[in-house]
Amino acid sequence: MEATTVSTGTEDKVWGGGNQPLGASYGKMMMWFFILSDALTFSGFLAAYGFSRFKYIDSWPIADEVFNHFPFLHGVDAPMYYVALMTFILIFSSVTMVLAVDAGHKMQQKKVIIYMFLTVIGGAIFVGSQAWEWKNFIKGEYGAVETRSGNILQFVDAEGERVGLEEFAVMNPDVREEHLDKNGVWYEDGGSLPTYSITEVKEGFMQNKDVLVRGQILVPNIEELKASKNPKDVAYAEKLERELINADEVGAKGIYNREMSEMRLERDAVLVVEGANLTRNEYGTPLFADFFFFITGFHGFHVFSGVMFNIIIFFNVIIGTYEKRKSYEMVEKVGLYWHFVDLVWVFVFTFFYLV
Amino acid sequence: MAHDTAHSGAVKRIWFVFALLSVVTLVEVVLGIIKPAVLVETYFVKMKLLNWIFIILTLYKAYYITWAFMHMEHETKGLRRAVVWTAIFLICYLIAILLTEGDYVYSVYKEGYKAWDF
Repeated sequence: MEATTVSTGTEDKVWGGGNQPLGASYGKMMMWFFILSDALTFSGFLAAYGFSRFKYIDSWPIADEVFNHFPFLHGVDAPMYYVALMTFILIFSSVTMVLAVDAGHKMQQKKVIIYMFLTVIGGAIFVGSQAWEWKNFIKGEYGAVETRSGNILQFVDAEGERVGLEEFAVMNPDVREEHLDKNGVWYEDGGSLPTYSITEVKEGFMQNKDVLVRGQILVPNIEELKASKNPKDVAYAEKLERELINADEVGAKGIYNREMSEMRLERDAVLVVEGANLTRNEYGTPLFADFFFFITGFHGFHVFSGVMFNIIIFFNVIIGTYEKRKSYEMVEKVGLYWHFVDLVWVFVFTFFYLV
Repeated sequence: MAHDTAHSGAVKRIWFVFALLSVVTLVEVVLGIIKPAVLVETYFVKMKLLNWIFIILTLYKAYYITWAFMHMEHETKGLRRAVVWTAIFLICYLIAILLTEGDYVYSVYKEGYKAWDF
């Protein structure tokens, strides 16, 4: 790392910038501090996610049930396999990046080109995979209904396997009509119609006696609650034991018995929800979808811009910019950013998919 | 800077760290799929043991990514401390305050006389 070619007469003076503070070049040190600030931004998001998670600690959606798709394996329950694969791809692209940096130190232009290329490919595959995850998440799979209180009710069979709306809802030739721009004087926005109306779902449910309703509540340890001195907890435990068929499955979503299922659906359900957006989702509390879109979206944006930076550097390496400069430090700097993106993903993976 | 050390050693270390990160990720995924009952039912400081294991393994991975891939181990002590300690202190503070608050809001929802699921 040579001094600049312009002579200012201050090169050897510390406060004139002659020395490199902390033994790092200006660009590298600023990249480190940018990464620090970005890390704090991401930890702000993840801590906010943790806040909401703790706020809804007994009713948060179970990630394994939400993210269980794998390409070309339709209908197969594959919890987390695809995200695990995405994680490997990103870690591997981090490896090729650090190999490119290493080759840069040795001034091996050819090797840097190859490794940078592989890094770009890895990043592109990751962004594509994330888009696919989003598509599945937005489209939804089974459909659900929402209650007056904004809670989600899902449908299961006697074994607790999820049941899609299309498996039991009836099709009434009723006159539902989507509200369109041409029909309203003050038209601003009219949500699109779901495949089934709430009456069709309710009617179909009444005809299919083996379908049950599953609420958002995760079954607590009933024995523990009963053993507690708190009369409120004891009453709650007894209520759950009366209403649920799986009161012994701690940590699973509570499934109502048929009588309670009918009652909840008839009395409480007001909306049909298919898939997810920022205001409601079929998986549970809307905040889950909000955080999913926001955190993986912000991370995906980082990956995308990282790929763009890598492409620029890749072409610079090809045209020999850094050969002329006799230093591949730029590769090292984008490398830092790229590893940071990987670092963030490690945390997102843990807190969104594992914990 | 330690670039004058044997370069094949540096490459070897990269592959070693890659293997390490892959194994740790694999362990996480396997644990996440089988969810051993003992780890799920045992709680430590209000959190499942399994979740503690995930978080510790994640920090372990983060350490290796930062130290080996981002070459933090070759930076000066001053830069290392400026970046790492700043993050650690602020994040610990943020997490502590937000999670405590989240837990409190949960208890208000639960203990209050208002129904939320109807």
